[in-house]
Amino acid sequence: MNPALHAEDLTLGYDRTVVLDHLDLAIESGTVTTLIGANGCGKSTLLKAFGRLLAPTAGTVRLDGTPLSALSTREIARRLAVLPQRPLTPAATSVRDLVMRGRHPHQSLLRPWTPGDADKVAAAMSATGVADIAHRDVNELSGGQLQRAWIALVLAQETSTILLDEPTTFLDLAHQLDVLRLVRTINAERGSTIVMVLHDLSLAARFSDRLVVLHDGGVLADGGPWDVLTPGVLRVAFGLDADVIPDPRTGTPLVVPLEPSPPAAPAEARADELQTVA
Amino acid sequence: MTVTLAVLLAAGFVFTAGIAAGSANLGLLDVLGTLAGAGTRASEFIVYELRLPRAAAGLAVGLCLGLAGALTQTFSRNPLATPDILGVTSGASAGAVTAIVLGGGGYSVGASLLGFGIPVVATVGGLAAAAAVYGLAWKGGVDSYRIVLIGIGVTASLGGLTSYLVVRAQLTQATAATQWLVGSLSGVSWASVWPMVAALVVVAPIALAQSGPLGISQLGDDVAVGLGVPLQRHRLVVIAAAVLLTAAAVSAAGPVEFVAFVAPQVARRLAGAGRPPLLASALVGAVLVLIADVVARTAFTGEIPVGILTAIIGAPYLIWLLIHRKGGTL
Amino acid sequence: MTTFGVLTVALLVTLAASLFLGSNPVSPATVLQALLDPATDTEAIVWGSRVPRTVLGLLVGTALGMAGTVMQGQTGNPLADPGLFGVSAGASLAVVLGVFVLHVNSLGLTLALSLVGAVIASVVVFGVAALGRDLASPVPLAIAGTAVSALLGAVTSFLVLNDAETLEAYRIWVVGSLSGRSLAEVGPVVLLLAGGLVCALVNARSLNNLALGSEMARGLGESLTRARLVGLGAITFLTAGAVALAGPIGFIGLTAPHVGRALVGGDHYRLLPASALVGAVTLLACDVVGRLIGGQAEVAVGVVLAVLGGVAFVVIVRRAKLAVL
Repeated sequence: MNPALHAEDLTLGYDRTVVLDHLDLAIESGTVTTLIGANGCGKSTLLKAFGRLLAPTAGTVRLDGTPLSALSTREIARRLAVLPQRPLTPAATSVRDLVMRGRHPHQSLLRPWTPGDADKVAAAMSATGVADIAHRDVNELSGGQLQRAWIALVLAQETSTILLDEPTTFLDLAHQLDVLRLVRTINAERGSTIVMVLHDLSLAARFSDRLVVLHDGGVLADGGPWDVLTPGVLRVAFGLDADVIPDPRTGTPLVVPLEPSPPAAPAEARADELQTVA
Repeated sequence: MTVTLAVLLAAGFVFTAGIAAGSANLGLLDVLGTLAGAGTRASEFIVYELRLPRAAAGLAVGLCLGLAGALTQTFSRNPLATPDILGVTSGASAGAVTAIVLGGGGYSVGASLLGFGIPVVATVGGLAAAAAVYGLAWKGGVDSYRIVLIGIGVTASLGGLTSYLVVRAQLTQATAATQWLVGSLSGVSWASVWPMVAALVVVAPIALAQSGPLGISQLGDDVAVGLGVPLQRHRLVVIAAAVLLTAAAVSAAGPVEFVAFVAPQVARRLAGAGRPPLLASALVGAVLVLIADVVARTAFTGEIPVGILTAIIGAPYLIWLLIHRKGGTL
Repeated sequence: MTTFGVLTVALLVTLAASLFLGSNPVSPATVLQALLDPATDTEAIVWGSRVPRTVLGLLVGTALGMAGTVMQGQTGNPLADPGLFGVSAGASLAVVLGVFVLHVNSLGLTLALSLVGAVIASVVVFGVAALGRDLASPVPLAIAGTAVSALLGAVTSFLVLNDAETLEAYRIWVVGSLSGRSLAEVGPVVLLLAGGLVCALVNARSLNNLALGSEMARGLGESLTRARLVGLGAITFLTAGAVALAGPIGFIGLTAPHVGRALVGGDHYRLLPASALVGAVTLLACDVVGRLIGGQAEVAVGVVLAVLGGVAFVVIVRRAKLAVL
């Protein structure tokens, strides 16, 4: 079977700066994959290229085996949904109106709004728990509610692949967990392929099948959470000294950053210590 | 910084060239010599009585409008917001056109008896309209979005009044009014320069001091308050500065079109900055008005109002910049 | 009653007012009779004046309300009016050229000229913005539009100030008026307006997507170039038609969308018709007021609209909860 998304010899950049250089990466269908790495490593850039929001400098991205460049933007939108990092919140718009816009790729002049669309919008809203605030203005929602409304829009799009760029930014820990559990549920119930960018490594480990660490224009590590989140990888990717211990509840890796070693104590004090020991 | 310096040099050059250019020919060196006190009686008359007041007026109008435009575009975070949106231009226009039409002003406004009256009426009208906009926009504070919308309403009302007067006037008065509405430097004298100089001396330093808070308020009202910007006071100062500068310029030369919009946009692109740099915007405004005035006086047999040339010169240049340089938002 | 119900009733009331009220006092019974039987309309006040200007007001108000909504949706800028892409300025310049250089007197030619001017101006603006960078950001479009408008306006001022005859014609035309047109002259423009209307409605879904930001819009399968082109078509056709019929009336296009948003929200499927209704009601009401306050010398609708509309808009803005674009 073809991978859901396949980056082949992909080079990405803005103007003359190269962000990712000759990258190869295949995303298996039906999995949850999280891209991690330091700020500026190219996670969001890669996600944009997967979502055809950024044209590659060189190389190809394939969606279910077909190059993105061979598909019309609307065909892509029926198979792949993107939630950018900072979408604009539209003026004077209810939650339901917002979610309804996810049906756009399936509509045309000849096939306007149908009861089937309404059902899908309702299903997306109840799956994300925004059904009871359907008539509220999106500008009045809390951060967590708004993020759920955006995810509902993406769900209403009914695509087999979903790209989420930092879906947990601006949320408190409880709401971060909320959103990520929702992502897992979507993956389990709909079999969707999900690729996201996250900053919290322990949460990424807990909710992903696979982690991909980007560093220095390419893939530094790739695999299951325990294979990827090693002190060595963390030191190279983030310049961070950390212990990795099993999460007491889930058994997934938990990253515990270490304090930098304390400055050397004055010689006298050390002498005292030595004496005591002696 | 280099951009500001370059624009400053350009302004100095155009200013001197502007004094030299005209029907009685003077060389650049003659001008500099006369200004240094070594001129003949004839050249002194031409420079001090004819050319200098006009060049000074062009310089001041450009500085005032450029700076006012940069202030308005920045505080409203909207590149389409010119000082006109604060009601000051439409108020001044309504005042001036009322004076011209009802007062029976002659063809050339500057030469008429009302030459003194019109600037005063225009200033009063402009300041009153701006005060009305600010007052109507006040609702436990002034929101930068609401004041712009209120400004649209007030501007439209006053504009309607002005067009009504133009339609109902005798043709000669309508011509005088239309000419005034385009903006012209042809009637200026030292008397029209001094109010602008006063406005610049008093207001410009205060406005330039708001540069820091303006940069912070770009990040949104909440961030600005968080960083300790006294938002309402800051906004009042910025608006008042823009209004006073515009009122001074408009009362002297009419609403010279387009300068307040184009100067900040050009300055921003030249400097590669995220928002219009205040000083450079003022200087770009001055360069534009001075160039337009030189062309207006020399290139055609009959004189063309400077307000037409500011648009004819400024617009293509901005378009060229748009095509060749990247511009961010705002 | 729903918002649309109220707006429809308001429209019917203003339509009736526009037919039954005027500077020439004609009794309602006479008007009714003339409407039913054109042969009794001896002084041609009803069919010669009231009916055409009522139709005109309906068309122009609708067109400007919609054009303004498309314009603000395309640019994401609440200060954008339908003239922003140079359409009004281009039409004005073409008309002035016609009067000044070609001494055109026929309405048909004026119409054709204003359309040509409008189309050329908006194509230039679109071209400048497209040459500069991609069309994802609306800001270059707005700035290019302002620059081109100013340039065209300056040329217009130059022509006008150099010739008293042109100024005479121009100062009356530029204010905007619904009087002095016959139904026969309105005919061809209706086609143009219909084209614009279709473009605007087709553009509704794209406008909804654009409101989510250009990345989200593209993620939803929106082709930005196509969305912009269709929008540009809507703006150009609607504005050019309106300018050709009634002169450059600016205020409705700027403010009707704000009123519409306050009434029905930001969904363009509802906002476009609502703004159209608001535009038509406002323009017709102002035209009636202009007939009544001026006595025999009517006040042009553009003047009434600006003065009264400006005041009304200030009141609305002070009361409404602001829907920031």
